[in-house]
Amino acid sequence: MAKKEFIRNFSIIAHIDHGKSTLADRLLELTETVAKRDMQEQLLDNMDLERERGITIKAHAVKLDYKALDGNIYNLNLIDTPGHVDFNYEVSRSLAACEGAVLIVDASQGVEAQTLANTYLALDHDLELVPVINKIDLPAADPERVAKEVEDIIGLDCSEAPKVSAKTGENVEKVLESIVKLVPPPENNDDKPLRALVFDSVYDSYKGVIVYVRVVDGQIKAGDTMRMMATGAEFTVVEVGYMRPTFMEKTDVLSSGEVGYITASIKTVGDARVGDTVTTAENPADEALPGYRKVNPMVFCGVYPADGADYEALRDALEKLQLNDAALSFEPETSGALGFGFRCGFLGLLHLEIIQERLEREYNLDLVTTVPSVIYKIHLTNGEMVEIDNPSHYPDPATIDYAEEPTVEAHIYAPPSYVGQIMDLCQDRRGVYVGMTYLDADRVDLHYKLPLNEIIYDFFDALKSRTRGYASFDYELADYQRSSLVKLDVLLNGDTIDALSFIIHSDKAYGRARKIAEKLKDNIPRQMFEIPVQIAVGSKVIARETVKAMRKDVLAKCYGGDITRKKKLLEKQKEGKKRMRQFGTVEVPQEAFMAVLKLDDE
Amino acid sequence: MHIPFCRSKCPYCDFYSVRADESVKTQYVNTLKNRISAEMSTSDCKADTLYIGGGTPSVLGSENLCEIVKSASPFLSPNAEITVECNPFGLSEDFFKILAFYGVNRISMGLQSANDRERRALGRLSDSETVKQAVLNVQSAGISNISLDVMLGIPRQTEKSLSETLDFCLSLGVPHISAYILKLEEGTVFYNRQNSLSLPDDDAVADLYLQTCETLERNGIMQYEISNFAKCGYESRHNLKYWNCEEYLGLGPAAHSFLGGKRFYFERDLNAFLNDSNPISDGDGGDFTEYAMLRLRLTKGLLNSETENRFGHKIPEEIIKKSAFFADKGFMESDERGIRLTRNGFLLSNSILAEIL
Repeated sequence: MAKKEFIRNFSIIAHIDHGKSTLADRLLELTETVAKRDMQEQLLDNMDLERERGITIKAHAVKLDYKALDGNIYNLNLIDTPGHVDFNYEVSRSLAACEGAVLIVDASQGVEAQTLANTYLALDHDLELVPVINKIDLPAADPERVAKEVEDIIGLDCSEAPKVSAKTGENVEKVLESIVKLVPPPENNDDKPLRALVFDSVYDSYKGVIVYVRVVDGQIKAGDTMRMMATGAEFTVVEVGYMRPTFMEKTDVLSSGEVGYITASIKTVGDARVGDTVTTAENPADEALPGYRKVNPMVFCGVYPADGADYEALRDALEKLQLNDAALSFEPETSGALGFGFRCGFLGLLHLEIIQERLEREYNLDLVTTVPSVIYKIHLTNGEMVEIDNPSHYPDPATIDYAEEPTVEAHIYAPPSYVGQIMDLCQDRRGVYVGMTYLDADRVDLHYKLPLNEIIYDFFDALKSRTRGYASFDYELADYQRSSLVKLDVLLNGDTIDALSFIIHSDKAYGRARKIAEKLKDNIPRQMFEIPVQIAVGSKVIARETVKAMRKDVLAKCYGGDITRKKKLLEKQKEGKKRMRQFGTVEVPQEAFMAVLKLDDE
Repeated sequence: MHIPFCRSKCPYCDFYSVRADESVKTQYVNTLKNRISAEMSTSDCKADTLYIGGGTPSVLGSENLCEIVKSASPFLSPNAEITVECNPFGLSEDFFKILAFYGVNRISMGLQSANDRERRALGRLSDSETVKQAVLNVQSAGISNISLDVMLGIPRQTEKSLSETLDFCLSLGVPHISAYILKLEEGTVFYNRQNSLSLPDDDAVADLYLQTCETLERNGIMQYEISNFAKCGYESRHNLKYWNCEEYLGLGPAAHSFLGGKRFYFERDLNAFLNDSNPISDGDGGDFTEYAMLRLRLTKGLLNSETENRFGHKIPEEIIKKSAFFADKGFMESDERGIRLTRNGFLLSNSILAEIL
C-alpha cells in the first residue's frame, strides 16, 4: 500500500485530435509500464472500434510507477475518459475519481471547443489542471502564442506548462514532473467506512464483472462483503488489485486514495453501475458518494436481422453486449415488414451506432434498424396515459386527447461569430431560446430548450458542420412538454410498411414526408411494375412519388455457349429475390431500406 | 465450329479470338478436321446443320473454309443448312462462289449499324457501302439466305439512326436479321469505358427494341426469337436447335456442346485445343427448367403438346398460374396451347423467368 503523499490520480482531457491517446502512450512508455515490444499504437483504446474511429468509448484506467526528480517513486493513476456527449455521464464519473487533469492543447490549433467544455467539466469537479502544449514538432506550431491563449481564455498559468511532442517524445518527462508537482495527493481517510466510486465496469468471461473503483474512504480486501449502495446488491469480494496496461496486478487491500479493481463474481455490469458507491456490509457508510444517477436509455429503435434465421444469434449478441453495457436495453418485437427483432434502447445516437457496428463487426450480423424514436407520453381521451417508444404502438388519433414529448436543456459552447448559425439551427429544431452567457471574449454559452427527438438524429453533426467543428454541445434531460405530434406511415403500392413509420411534430410532417418519398423513389430499384410511394398521416396522403417500371432486363444473345450461363443467371436472380424484403407485392433490397433510414445525411 | 481468329478485336466483343499467322491457321484447320472425323465417325446419325462461327471465319480464306466443310460433308444430311459467318470487308463474289460450290448455303454478316459514325464507335473498319457490296456479292454468288447482325443500344444511337440501319437491311432484301441489344461484357473496352460512351438509357433501348420488332414485321420479317427475325422459312435451323434444347456438337476453343444429356466445352485456349485437350464438363442439360427457359425465348413459346412429348407432362399448373399474372400485365400470353412472352415480356424476360420458373 503506497503512502498517500506519493499517489496522484489524474485524467487527460483535450479537444479531439489534440493528442490525448498519443500522450498517454508516451507516459506509459516513459514509466516503463509497458515494455516497448508490447506497445501498440494508442494502447489505452483497446477496442478495435475505438482505435479506428479515434474516439474513446469506455473509460479505462492504468497505474504507472514513476521515479520523480526528488528521488521518490510515485504511483500515478491515469484514468482515461470517453470523448462523446452520449457518454458525458461517464466522463463526469471518471473525473470525479481524480484530483487533477492534464489539459492538452495543440500547439498549432490552440484552444478549441472541447478544450473549453472539458475544462469546465474538470473545474466542476475541483480538479487541479496541468496545462500541456502538445505537437510542438509540427511546422505550424506556435507554443508561445498558444500558451498565451490558454492563459487569456482559461486563465491558467502556463509559464511552467510543458511544451511537448507526444509523437517524438520530446519533453514528455516534464509532464510527469508537473503532475507530481501540481496534482494534490488524495486525503487519507483509511479509518472511515468504505466508500469507493465505480467509474467503470467491464465484463470478463472468467472473472465476471471487473469493477473499476476509486477508493475515497476506508479499505477493501478479498473476503469482504461489498454492497452497492444504489442497488443494495451484495457480493463477496474475490480479488482486489491494480490495473496495469497489459495485466491485472493482484494486491491485498485497496485503501483510500487508490485506484484499482474489484472482482466478486458479479454477473452483469448492471449490478455494478458507473457512478454507484461500493461500501461494505460489515461497516456500511451512511451516505453514498454524490452524483449517482441511473442512466436510462433515451433513444429507441428496432434492430432486426437482415436474415430472419439470425434472430437467435442477434439475441445472444445483444445479451453479451449488455453484460458489458448497462445502458443498453432490449426486448423482442415483431414487424410485419421485418419479421422478428428487438426494440433496443440507447443513450444516444452514437451509442446506437456503436452497438450496431459492434453487432455487425464482432458478431458478424447483417442488421436492419428502424428510425430512432424517443418516449412519447400520449394522453387519451379516456384519461389514460400511455408511453410510446415504438411508432407501431401509436394509438388511433381519434382517441388521443394530447401528447407530450421529452425535452432537453442544451448548452452549446462556441465562438461568438457562430451564434447566428447556431440560433438558426436551434430554431429549425424547434428550440426555445433560454439565454446566452459570454464566458469570455471568445466563447459564448447558448442555452436552449430542445425537443429530444430533434437532436437524436443528426443534431451534433449539423452543429459541427455549421461551426466548422468549433461548437461543443452538452445536454441534460428536462421535462415533458405538450406537443402536436403525428404518426407518418409509408405505403408502397398501397401497403403500409410498419418498420418505416415514425412519430414527428406536425409542423415538420410535410417536409419530411416529401424527403422520404424522394429517398424511397431513388433507392427502390425499378421493378416490373410502377410502384406508388405514398406518405400518409392517418388516411390522408401528404406526399407521393412513383418508382417507374423497369423496361429492360433481357439476355439478348443465347446460343450454345450461353445456355449454362443463362441458367446460372436465372438461379442467381432467384437467389437475389430471397435477399429482398417483400413488402406486399413490392420487393425492397436491404440497401434501399438502409438509405431511407439514414435520411438525415443531407 | 468455332474459328477463334480475328483481324482485330471489337471493343464490345468478349468472344474468344486471337490474331494468328497463316501456319497456325493451317494447323488449326487440320486439328479441326481431325476432330470432326474423330467425333462424327462414331455417331450413326447425321447432322442437319453446320455452323462455322467465330471469331471471324472468313479470315481463314475460302480454301481453308472449304477444307472444313469438305471434312464435315460425309456426316451431314443432304439438305443440311451450312452457315459461315463473314466479316464483309474485302470479300469478293469469287470468295462466295467457292463457298457456295462446296455447299455453303447461308451467310451471316455483322452489319451492326449502317451509320458510319456508329460503325466507327463499334470499331468496325469498313463503311456500310462495303457491307452492301459484300451482300450483293453473296447474292450474285447464288446464296440468297443471308443474315445481317444489327446492334441496339449502341453509343449515340437514336430512333432515326436505327431506322436508317433497318431500312438499309430491308433495301438489300436479306431474309434474316438478328438484332442484339448491346450487353456490356466485363473485360471489354466498352465495359471499362461505359460512362463515357453516351449509351442510350434502358428506357430508350427498350423503345429501340420495340421499333425494330415493329419495323421488321411491317416488312414481312417476322420475329421468331427475342433477337431474331426472318421471312417465313428462313429461320436459322441451326440456332433453333439451341432454343429447342436439342443436341449439338461444338468444336474449337470456347465451343460448347450438348450431347447425350451432358453439357461440356473446350477451354478458351487455342494451344490447348491444338494439343487435343479434352472438353470440360458443364453438368447435365435438358431438364424441364432449362427447356422452358430456352423455349420461352421463342415467339412460339412453351407448348403443352411438345412439353408432353418430351417430359410426359403438360406445363406445370404453378407456371400457368404465375403466367396468368403476367398475362394480365401484358407481358405474356397464355392459352390452351401453351404460354409465351410478348415483346414487352421479352424485354423483361430475365425477371419474368426468375418469377415463373
